[in-house]
Amino acid sequence: MAKTYSAGVKEYRETYWMPDYTPKDTDILACFKITPQDGVPREEVAAAVAAESSTGTWTTVWTDLLTDLDYYKGRCYAIEDVPGDDTCFYAFVAYPIDLFEEGSVVNILTSLVGNVFGFKALRALRLEDIRFPVAYVMTCNGPPQGIQVERDILNKYGRPLLGCTIKPKLGLSAKNYGRACYEGLRGGLDFTKDDENVNSQPFMRWRHRFDFVMEAIHKAEAETGERKGHYLNVTAPTADEMMRRAEYAKEIGAPIIMHDYLTGGLSANTQLAQWCQNNGMLLHIHRAMHAVLDRNPHHGIHFRVLTKILRLSGGDHLHSGTVVGKLEGDRDATLGWIDIMRDSFIKEDRSRGIFFDQDWGSMPGVMPVASGGIHVWHMPALVSIFGDDSCLQFGGGTLGHPWGNAAGAAANRVAVEACVEARNMGVELEKEGKDILTKAAAHSPELKIAMETWKEIKFEFDTVDKIDVAHK
Amino acid sequence: MSDVQDYNSSLSDAAQSRKYETFSYLPPLSAESARAQIQYIVDKGWNPGIEHTEPENAISNYWYMWKLPMFGETDVDVIMAEIEACHKAHPNNHVRLMGFDNFAQSAGTAMVVHRGISV
Repeated sequence: MAKTYSAGVKEYRETYWMPDYTPKDTDILACFKITPQDGVPREEVAAAVAAESSTGTWTTVWTDLLTDLDYYKGRCYAIEDVPGDDTCFYAFVAYPIDLFEEGSVVNILTSLVGNVFGFKALRALRLEDIRFPVAYVMTCNGPPQGIQVERDILNKYGRPLLGCTIKPKLGLSAKNYGRACYEGLRGGLDFTKDDENVNSQPFMRWRHRFDFVMEAIHKAEAETGERKGHYLNVTAPTADEMMRRAEYAKEIGAPIIMHDYLTGGLSANTQLAQWCQNNGMLLHIHRAMHAVLDRNPHHGIHFRVLTKILRLSGGDHLHSGTVVGKLEGDRDATLGWIDIMRDSFIKEDRSRGIFFDQDWGSMPGVMPVASGGIHVWHMPALVSIFGDDSCLQFGGGTLGHPWGNAAGAAANRVAVEACVEARNMGVELEKEGKDILTKAAAHSPELKIAMETWKEIKFEFDTVDKIDVAHK
Repeated sequence: MSDVQDYNSSLSDAAQSRKYETFSYLPPLSAESARAQIQYIVDKGWNPGIEHTEPENAISNYWYMWKLPMFGETDVDVIMAEIEACHKAHPNNHVRLMGFDNFAQSAGTAMVVHRGISV
């Protein structure tokens, strides 16, 4: 029998709280951490989140009856305690796949982290994880090339790649900047990198930078016989301008370009990633603004969600944190999102903050980039944590070498190869790290000086955003 | 500046400056390490393969295959013997050992085990 129209306000839980619902394989699933206002029942606020992130509004409207809302609505199907924190709880919501445009992470985020985050009945709200059904994954373009293709393009196998962000991040002229790149590349780096702030400022316009940096790459390749690259940052004020810079990078033969996917925007990022795939270019992704979204344990979007969003939108590299360097990053949680970047299937694992199985189908993986306050002493731990399919980036840890960039680069290259050699021989890197480096330094004066320069530098602060575990 | 050391690398000095990817910044692998690296390839389930090239053509992706990749070969001595046979037949060439990962459809590792005479 058809429904009748009855104006007024209904409790959300009458419609959107469905504890008996079994999610379908094609549903998009989300886990929210909800901190409700005092006195609001859990089921009501969880149902409100499901409603406000899908079909609902605050009152019944007659047009609801022109469609099948029972099909289109988001359903809150489970509620769980957050271990060790009574102020909040997890709510699991299932959304039918029809609610979202194919291949659009923009559309997904607009719904899931849209108006609902400002909802008054909530004190705070955090999107902890999303399960993308493989049916949806296959509508997205994904990484332009993926890890294996990158290795084939660059002819680099069996070790992590090495990079370096050029410093000072702002103020160098294009010609001096190219010199800094050349020195790093000839010393043994695979990549140098534009800092994220480097776009096209008055002191160094993008086109001059691109030209000088390409000369640095060509000379370093001829000198070392190895393939080299520099992440040319094409992040720009408009998507048209971004594409103009990308086209020029291709024209001069650059193998890789770079984009800031959060500040640049997800539409622009997806467009650029598709262009890269069609033009044989690698795409390095920086994540400026992520900590604004992901650092507060009670409010925002967890980085594992931002990781999934990037893999769908498209990028070949993504900054992942280092665990050991100067920037925030819990070890277990980092291992979780590194798997999310690289693996084709990731199982639910609450100890690493992974709430759902995630199947990526045939979508290529993204290479994690460890960058921020790392130096040669961290190398054994980095190789152990990240493995071969990663890019380790030493900025200050290359450029700050007392003998200059080339020596700093060589020190890092010797250190990474010594660690890989030892690992392959069955040596435990994190236990024997000091011995491995000391032995390698016996035939590398560059490494020896680097080890003396940075031996006291550590970044031991407690992590702000930890995995939720009972700690009382 | 007296304590700053120059970085010795140039276009003209090939023997000093040209590198050949993994382990090329380390001294030549010891016999013990070379065996261990081969064992690592075997333990990973990768297929060992040997390739060689004239040093002046090393930038090409396609070095000459020495016979075929040794599919399913797990005996380190057999693999070592093939490396030596390739080196003996082409003493002036670079010889590299590959580990082909057929699941990733990519090489799992690659290392030069004999450096030829650079030009």
